[in-house]
Amino acid sequence: MEPTLFRGRRERKLGQNLAVRLEGITKRFGDQKAVDNVSLDIRDGEFFSLLGPSGCGKTTLLRMIAGFDTPDEGRVIIGGKDMTEVPPYLRPVNTVFQNYALFPHMTVEQNIAFGLRMKKMPRDEIARRVQWALELINLPGYEKRRTDQMSGGQRQRIALARALVNEPEVLLLDEPLSALDLKLRQELRVDLMNLQERLGITFIFVTHDQEEALVMSDRIAVMNKGRIEQLGPTEEIYELPKTAFVAKFIGDSNLIPAQALEPRKVRTALGEFVLDEEDALTPGQEVLLSIRPEKIRLFRDKPNLPNVFRARIDDIIYTGSENQYVLLADGQRLMCETLNQDIQEPGHEEFTYDEEVWVALTPEKLVVIEGGVEGSNPYA
Amino acid sequence: MREAATPWERLRQMLITVGPGALWLGLFVLIPTLIMLVASLMSRGSLGQLVPPFGLHNYLRFFSDPLFLEIIGRSLWIGLWSTVFIMLLGYPLAFYIAQSRHKEVLLLLVVIPFFTNFLIRVYAWIVIFQKEGLLNGLITAFGLPPAELLPSTLAVYVATVYTYLPFFVLPLYAAVERIDWSQLEAAYDLGARPIRAFWEAIFPQTVPGLFEGFLLVFIPAVGTFVIADLLGGGKVTLIGNLIQLQFGSAQNWAFGSAASMVLMAMVLLGLWLYARTQGEKGLDKLV
Repeated sequence: MEPTLFRGRRERKLGQNLAVRLEGITKRFGDQKAVDNVSLDIRDGEFFSLLGPSGCGKTTLLRMIAGFDTPDEGRVIIGGKDMTEVPPYLRPVNTVFQNYALFPHMTVEQNIAFGLRMKKMPRDEIARRVQWALELINLPGYEKRRTDQMSGGQRQRIALARALVNEPEVLLLDEPLSALDLKLRQELRVDLMNLQERLGITFIFVTHDQEEALVMSDRIAVMNKGRIEQLGPTEEIYELPKTAFVAKFIGDSNLIPAQALEPRKVRTALGEFVLDEEDALTPGQEVLLSIRPEKIRLFRDKPNLPNVFRARIDDIIYTGSENQYVLLADGQRLMCETLNQDIQEPGHEEFTYDEEVWVALTPEKLVVIEGGVEGSNPYA
Repeated sequence: MREAATPWERLRQMLITVGPGALWLGLFVLIPTLIMLVASLMSRGSLGQLVPPFGLHNYLRFFSDPLFLEIIGRSLWIGLWSTVFIMLLGYPLAFYIAQSRHKEVLLLLVVIPFFTNFLIRVYAWIVIFQKEGLLNGLITAFGLPPAELLPSTLAVYVATVYTYLPFFVLPLYAAVERIDWSQLEAAYDLGARPIRAFWEAIFPQTVPGLFEGFLLVFIPAVGTFVIADLLGGGKVTLIGNLIQLQFGSAQNWAFGSAASMVLMAMVLLGLWLYARTQGEKGLDKLV
């Protein structure tokens, strides 16, 4: 059942047909399971991201959809057909490689035309489509250039054009932005989103950059150690992390160990907290409470709110747009972020070092994570 | 900004930067070539010394005698076929080494023959090919009559291929090692079947290495004389043997120089033709 809790980042009408279905995929390298029993459905026209730290199996999974690797177990179904054993040159998918893998001995035009030439398309049709692709990526007039004379961003776009010109059913992108600098990356994110929306091609995007995945995707599968930790719409991944790993890997989270006293009441080192009505715990159950730094509220005077406790401001990190406060309360450290609006108005408060403040954790913003702390550090 | 260099300073900078290279080239390439060129235009004195008159008579003699033309034709022929065999063996070998997990060991094995003197390695082939040699021992063990392998053109081919194979494999390996193999996957991804993908995506990138290896093998293979001398007996005379003979027992340095110049001119012609076909990039790739 698809959750309807959050609306998508844009009004999207996804096809009900499946573009790709993975059934119980397992891939071993030696005795190491790179991908461990992964199943997922990707719908027609979806912008789907596989997100996880390096070595989590996301690239291996993508390579099996492309056909470069064959799963040891399970099936890869593309466009309704079982393609598990089909070689890459017969699959209706194209790939944008991390290092672009442009052919250095060919011009831009020859690179883009390669796939069409393999399909034995008539020459004038190829020329027409190459033109179309060059306009698509906003590089008209670059036909005769050699790719080694071009910048990283331009090469990335050529790699994109080389894949898209073949009109694949699914486009696979293997960390295509990771080699570029930040400004360019941010620009290309928007370009990629617009392109995907315009062409209506299913994109499967592999990345270790959570912000990239959040910005662009309709849905995200967060992977860790060859398994899917959580799969869901973008906002759900951020707002309702199901595991400590997801809470820590996507954005930042404060994790507070807690023990249930009542279905909606827990005890923590910081005091007793009440929870949202949707939560229902069995008394005695050990859980983690997760709250995002920007959802913690600070007050100078004690507010009339639930879940309030005292804390001291241990450190202030100024990042320009934000003030990050490191709070210390009963030995527990909490991160809190507020927008640096720099407004001198009544009711708008900024805090100083060592100041004692009141902290309020809104019950609706406290996410209950069942299961232990294990794996809470994605970089461990 | 620093101010413009004075002419003296510029001369000094030039001497420091290109000076040593120019000196080396001048001493060991330009001057010897010029000496040869002058010698090739002179005549043989009664004691074998170089004397006037100057003229093109040595070249005329070379090109008017069908014997010499046959020798140079045979040299080119044997050199070319040896090189073809070397390429057929060396091309897959370079790929094999480049993708192997033990590439350091394999490269060492390719280089190890150089630890032994070239002459000794050629003599080793005599041991293998001679009438009571290893190969005939093997043949007769199967109950077949012993083969007359020495002297023969076959022996010359085998030893030439053996000797010059490393010169081909090493530069090609350097080219193959640089190839980004994800390009092969990109070619598959774009619909190319394996052989097509290799031919279109990988092979063109090995062409410079291929040509470099070709030159390193073909030039010495055409000019070799030791192999033909020891394994070809009197049967196989190559341009290298001819030149050696002129500088040695025939004592005609002038004619020997002329033959050398002809050989060099033909190699340069080949280079020039290659550069022409490759356009401007051709020469860059060569260097």
